Amino acid sequence: MAKLNKEEAQALIQEVLEVYPEKAKKDRAKHLAVNDTAEAKTCVTSNRKSLPGVMTIRGCAYAGSKGVVWGPIKDMIHISHGPVGCGQYSRAGRRNYYVGTTGVDSFGTMNFTSDFQEKDIVFGGDKKLSKLITEIEQLFPLNRGISVQSECPIGLIGDDIEAVSKASSKEIGKPVIPVRCEGFRGVSQSLGHHIANDAIRDHVFDREGGSEGIEPGQYDVAILGDYNIGGDAWSSRILLEEMGLRVVAQWSGDGTLAEMEQTPKVKLNLLHCYRSMNYISRHMEEKYGIPWVEYNFFGPTKIAESLRKIASYFDDSIKEGAEKVIAKYQAMCDEIIAKYRPRLEGKKVMLYVGGLRPRHVIGAYEDLGMEVVGTGYEFGHNDDYDRTRNDVGNATLIYDDVTGFEFEEFVKRVKPDLVGSGVKEKYIFQKMGVPFRQMHSWDYSGPYHGYDGFAIFAKDMDMTLNNPCWSKLTPPWKQRPEAEQKAVA
Amino acid sequence: MANIIISQATEGGLTFYMPKKDLEVPVKSLEFNQPHKWGGALTLADGQRYYIDPLDTMPSLPKSLRAKRMD
Repeated sequence: MAKLNKEEAQALIQEVLEVYPEKAKKDRAKHLAVNDTAEAKTCVTSNRKSLPGVMTIRGCAYAGSKGVVWGPIKDMIHISHGPVGCGQYSRAGRRNYYVGTTGVDSFGTMNFTSDFQEKDIVFGGDKKLSKLITEIEQLFPLNRGISVQSECPIGLIGDDIEAVSKASSKEIGKPVIPVRCEGFRGVSQSLGHHIANDAIRDHVFDREGGSEGIEPGQYDVAILGDYNIGGDAWSSRILLEEMGLRVVAQWSGDGTLAEMEQTPKVKLNLLHCYRSMNYISRHMEEKYGIPWVEYNFFGPTKIAESLRKIASYFDDSIKEGAEKVIAKYQAMCDEIIAKYRPRLEGKKVMLYVGGLRPRHVIGAYEDLGMEVVGTGYEFGHNDDYDRTRNDVGNATLIYDDVTGFEFEEFVKRVKPDLVGSGVKEKYIFQKMGVPFRQMHSWDYSGPYHGYDGFAIFAKDMDMTLNNPCWSKLTPPWKQRPEAEQKAVA
Repeated sequence: MANIIISQATEGGLTFYMPKKDLEVPVKSLEFNQPHKWGGALTLADGQRYYIDPLDTMPSLPKSLRAKRMD
């Protein structure tokens, strides 16, 4: 199907909204829009409470703090404080890769929980928490610190995790960081990111007894908002190191407490996921005078653009380094594009993910000759939509906090060749016969960042789109009438 | 009164950021922008107006401030 024009897209939105009751319709209408590059601002309302009764795809504040920001810090133990489920069902699901011996000096894929029972809800869980921390210290003496990630009941029963953390920190002689990221806070995981950022600001920077760190250099940078999904941060890091920069910290994929403490001494903060780490970047800019720059390592066009942008903050040797890196990988990229572009040219993609991907991956798709016809954020804010506006074309559908129903209807009507969203949507669309990539953790593949990642990205998209299985979804006994009709004709 | 951050924009000029509303807009005009007096009425690119109490010295940007909405 040809791409919708602006009027058709508007009509589609109206048609989809038709099923809602009057009040819900009015509310949802504000979250759906058609992009118009001529307008000065987006007119999408975002970061609002989801409607009761619709299937939202959002997460909770605990997911934003433990799952996204704190979880990947490998040498700390993150206690899921509360009932066992939250930690267990989110354990290791995000594929934040790290180097280290799990259970000895790294704890990324392990689940630590205080396993709340009825009696803890009734009598409070503070004693249990302090006992748990003592036990952790005995069993895993090589941990560098502990964070207490609150689940809903902690806020509801009013436990004083700050006091316990302070006392336990003194007892074990390591930082114990209370994080008030109860799931019910805010409207989505976005507030969890903010709370986690604030906890880092309050408890990690300028911590008493913090490590001295390494001698700061003039080319020190920190990677912020790269969670090393499938090795993303590593494929980004090598490019930065090749151009002559020294990456002293990764936030937070494959990151450590010492790296976070080193960050206030860097020269430039490189911010990949704006949504989850802009808070700490802004804080470091104000308090330590460190500038920050947003970059995008998806697809060769955006990588080259970003490398030059990063280099512009440094002297000529780095600028030369950036050009060298771009030139070095040019041949490889041309080869990838020559191989996959003919197979993917002109295909349409609909995205619905979180954080930075709804706008960042567009460049990579465009490098492969594909077009993004719809995009949306689970938990984006106004500033995300403002940044998206310039990346997508006219008449692109924009949907904020899309409901399961709306998303399905859009896909049925727009008929994209590929849908990129989360695992909850994956099997629905695959059963509808639409090729699908799970774009939260790269569908068990990756990395997708950097030049090496682009090769994998292109291969994965080709593998999914041109898979012969999509023509085999209708069983043969249902196909027959059509075949006979053809034969008759 | 709301917390805001005023920072230097990359293209020159100032940027107004209000975390609570995720509002990130360029500042069109600032009433007092002298070394010894800085602040006053702010006009944003989208037409909104805010007021910050004038400071005696020019702050180093970015700076967290309290702003009052005018009109």
